[in-house]
Amino acid sequence: MLYERPGTLDEALALMAGGPAWRVLAGGTDLYPATTHQSLHGPVLDIAGLAELRGIAREPSGWRIGAAATWTEVLGAGLPSAFSALVEAGRELGSIQIQNVATVMGNLCNASPAADGVPALMVLDAELELVSATGRRRLGLSEFILGNRRTARTPDEIAVAIHVPEAAVRGVSAFEKLGTRRYLVISIAMAAARVEVENGRIAAASLAVGACSEVARRLPMVERALVGQPADAPVIDAAAVAEALDPIDDVRATAAYRREAAAEILRRAVLRAAWGAS
Amino acid sequence: MSFDTRPAAFTVNGRQVEIEAAPTERLSHLLRERLGLTGTKVGCDAGDCGACTVLVDGMPQCACLMPAARVAGRQVTTVEGLASDGRLSALQAAFLRHGAAQCGICTPGMLMAAAALLSVNPRPAPAEAEAALGGVLCRCTGYRKIVAAVCDAWADAPRPAPVPAGRAVGAPVARLDGPPKVTGADVFGADRWPAGALWVHVIRSPHHHADFSFGDLAAWQAATPGVAAVFTAADIPGRNAFGVIPPFADQPALAVDAARFRGEAVALVALEPGAAEDFDATAFPVTWEELPAALDPEAAKSAPAIHPARPGNLLIRGLVRRGDPDAALAAAAHVAEGAIETAYVEHAYIEPEAGCAYMDGETLVIHTCTQAPHMDRDDTAVMLGLPPERVRIVATSTGGGFGSKLDISIQPLVGLVTLKTGRPARIVYTRGDSMRSTTKRHPARMRARIGTDAAGRVTGQVFDGDFNTGAYASWGPTVANRVPVHASGPYSVPNYRAEARAIHTNGPIAGAFRGFGVPQATIMQEVLYDQLAADAGIDRLAFRQLNALTDGESTVCGQRLSAVGIGACLAALEGPWSEALAWAADAPAGPVTRGVGIASCWYGCGNTALPNPSTIRIGVTAAGEVVLHQGAADIGQGANTVIAQIAADALGVALGAIRLVGPDTAFTPDAGKTSASRQTYVSGRAAEAAGRALRSAILRHANVAEGASLGFGQGTIVIDDGAARHVIDLAALAEGRDGYVFAAEETYDPPTTALDADGQGTPYAVYGYGAQIVELSVDTRLGTVKLHRITAAHDLGRVINPVLAEGQIEGGIAQGIGLALMEDYVPGRTENLHDYLIPTFGDVPEIHHILIEKPDPEGPFGAKGLGEHVLIPTAPAILNAIRHATGALVTRLPATPDRVLAAIRSKGA
Repeated sequence: MLYERPGTLDEALALMAGGPAWRVLAGGTDLYPATTHQSLHGPVLDIAGLAELRGIAREPSGWRIGAAATWTEVLGAGLPSAFSALVEAGRELGSIQIQNVATVMGNLCNASPAADGVPALMVLDAELELVSATGRRRLGLSEFILGNRRTARTPDEIAVAIHVPEAAVRGVSAFEKLGTRRYLVISIAMAAARVEVENGRIAAASLAVGACSEVARRLPMVERALVGQPADAPVIDAAAVAEALDPIDDVRATAAYRREAAAEILRRAVLRAAWGAS
Repeated sequence: MSFDTRPAAFTVNGRQVEIEAAPTERLSHLLRERLGLTGTKVGCDAGDCGACTVLVDGMPQCACLMPAARVAGRQVTTVEGLASDGRLSALQAAFLRHGAAQCGICTPGMLMAAAALLSVNPRPAPAEAEAALGGVLCRCTGYRKIVAAVCDAWADAPRPAPVPAGRAVGAPVARLDGPPKVTGADVFGADRWPAGALWVHVIRSPHHHADFSFGDLAAWQAATPGVAAVFTAADIPGRNAFGVIPPFADQPALAVDAARFRGEAVALVALEPGAAEDFDATAFPVTWEELPAALDPEAAKSAPAIHPARPGNLLIRGLVRRGDPDAALAAAAHVAEGAIETAYVEHAYIEPEAGCAYMDGETLVIHTCTQAPHMDRDDTAVMLGLPPERVRIVATSTGGGFGSKLDISIQPLVGLVTLKTGRPARIVYTRGDSMRSTTKRHPARMRARIGTDAAGRVTGQVFDGDFNTGAYASWGPTVANRVPVHASGPYSVPNYRAEARAIHTNGPIAGAFRGFGVPQATIMQEVLYDQLAADAGIDRLAFRQLNALTDGESTVCGQRLSAVGIGACLAALEGPWSEALAWAADAPAGPVTRGVGIASCWYGCGNTALPNPSTIRIGVTAAGEVVLHQGAADIGQGANTVIAQIAADALGVALGAIRLVGPDTAFTPDAGKTSASRQTYVSGRAAEAAGRALRSAILRHANVAEGASLGFGQGTIVIDDGAARHVIDLAALAEGRDGYVFAAEETYDPPTTALDADGQGTPYAVYGYGAQIVELSVDTRLGTVKLHRITAAHDLGRVINPVLAEGQIEGGIAQGIGLALMEDYVPGRTENLHDYLIPTFGDVPEIHHILIEKPDPEGPFGAKGLGEHVLIPTAPAILNAIRHATGALVTRLPATPDRVLAAIRSKGA
């Protein structure tokens, strides 16, 4: 079994450039459940120890969340209230055991339609920084996640950081998760809202809904309709929310239910965010 | 490719270790297989159950998700590291004191998650404990006692005083087998194996129904490294058909030519030690030809017979008929009618099936988790062509069973490998193996009509149900027979007809699951009772009291009852019911509405109208030690403790002086199966008889009258009758065949009769009763249900151990919550513990218990069974409370948010 634990990002990228199709291991909370074996087979590149991927920090252009940052680190990072949705999502993600090792980046790279981290980062206009031996690029979250378990990462690239631009570090956000039990639950649907309030009215809104389409979606029409509404009683057009989504029937709920419930949890997220921003 | 290893140096429980391991090897595997630290349990290998939680540098993590390379240089703490110098930690002691460990399989994970919490928050509030432990699943306890233990771990509680002789029954003693469960020393099915044991891999059908044929197995074996042997049905030396009910035995240990359900075993691959990791099962030479599958019981009725001798795929029909229900319904003042559909429910014990086998001379010895060691022995012997005395089943601790570990699973498979190769072998099911191949609760489609007179007295009932019994018989006949007997509930129903059919499909095998179909049937009956109470204008509790069976009344089987406890249970709920109704009426305005519901249960203890004996042996050694041969499998419910309490008082010895042996078919007589809520009653009666017989023998030997006290120890028995002390010198006595100087063995079989063609007779000798109130709120915009409180009143006849009884109630309620709100096993789709949902810490509310004691003269010290009764009322009470909150009845379970919202919407339409 091929396993490498490079000491630097450059070493990791060199391995990625020339080597086989590496499986990138960070938290491991998605790789291990996918096998019944007692170890991970195939070439494994363990990046969790790379110093370049660590940390959550404020930078001149915004916030950077390193690819090795765990959810527990996010919860303890003292992030501004624009990140509240991300923090609330983190508290509901798996269990404390999972949060202690699972990375935020891993949640994005796994690209599950039910990834709780995606809507919260979408409303922060998050970008991913991808690096290979030959270059470096940034992609918006919607450009990065292409479909169910599909991303734009090429086999030689490592996703090294999540960037939240300064312009999005404004207002207050909130996250609502809907599941069939209290803990350890895959979402039926989830919603994130980030709201800026001026003079008692919503000045800007960023909204996203997950688990109601192959990839979580922003809802620009609904966002625009919120601007100018009173912060203490915003009205969400449930039909517009339903129209913007493309849910499926599965064991967790029917598509029809998801359309209806998504609007309701989005409304609650907006209310809480607006209340917090007022 | 070999299992590449590298050294990893780290500290475990304060001890520096350096161990060869593959870099990405799961830490759980490293700890268990390489370091022998089997206190860390594996329930899913996916982070879904938390049983493998360990601390890495103080942080709780799932060891199954942790690469070995990651722990280099770090401090790992496992459950074995909690006690120091042989002294339990305060947390471990609190777990024992509160009864927070039942089967004990989740206990290590619970303890480690709790230890991490307590290190930063020594006196947590309940909500904090729930949040910190929310990542660990428990299927036995219902979580409340774990929360209580964690929140109480700071208290320096004194050690409880030993229970004096004659005072064990009724005492809240901690479970006798508890200490190893909190230290990690307890041995479950996967925890011990002989050196050099072959690893058994099972090849299973990926299809619901398929013909199959093998390629060149010998060539494949020769070309595949590490394969010691391959076995198929052709290698089974005995009768390749098993079944818990011999006349219906129809299930092959390894299928022949055709697989009838997804997950059915077709071949075994015995792998050399260490070869399993690189074994690629997808290369196994088997060709599948998928066939049309009948998954829906209605469709199955007109589909080709899965078993040719059962046309229409009808396994069996159960019927109970009394009076003229059609005339009664035609004349009734109020009639309620409805239909209910339930889903496949998975037992989801946290311990997947596991065990090992080896030859001891001519005897095949199998260590396994089980609910029925003697049944395992007899069925395994038949399949392997051995006389029963050449098979020995040693029951390991069993990490939950709830009915599914009554059936054979690994026993003939691991046994066949050892018998054929002469080598020791081991087998550990993955979570997927366990969920795919073992039994489920029957999905039911039921219709019923119930009528009352103008005063609200039930005059007649008709019940009809199809129970999807899956591909093989298992306990389908038991379900079909139990349901009609119980579908009336504990109420007086003078005119009655109930029919239940077990229908074969190509779905998972439905077998025994806590209640044998009665929980499903009770949902049907109890939701109609709410409708009738409303129609008759009677309070729902009062309506049930009006119709409750009383002493001297007859059941729908015509059995005249005594010791009927339902009236006392309902009476005890009058106060809580009024408070609950007031709470519901006090709901704040808004989309969240409140509701309360009530439902009852009754349940006959033991086999239905069939012999059902238990035998218990007690002996006294020449050294003066009292040894209880306790063959009743303790799967967490507490038989090891309860049977010992009964035996201790019957003999007149202090509970602490008894040593337990078994269950082990070589050393314990047959105490029957742990099933049908029979152990406390049936094995308890045998233990009581054995204790009394041993006592009589000793007193007779000393020629002392009954009433004297016995003192065991130091090679003597000291008998004190108040007037004089008599000392029996045990060394002077001859030892019997079992090495005892005094011994007694007694058998008890409940006095039942066969039922006639109309289901009339005495199916059970003892019944238990109960009723529960559920208080909940419903978010009417999302259809989500939040439980607020459950009040449970259960009649146990005599409470042998209140801590264990409360644990049974809370655990049964948790399973009832799952049945009602979330559990839905879909083969091929929910074969894991993140798609198949069982309740977590946050899903089981505060539970108040009211223990009623209406002694049954047939039970030991008056005791009745409890284990299954406790989950029966929960689901119907939840549905009734949802209807109270919303006006909408959910008729298809589980009542997931989408179904609740749809019911609310359709009511408004």
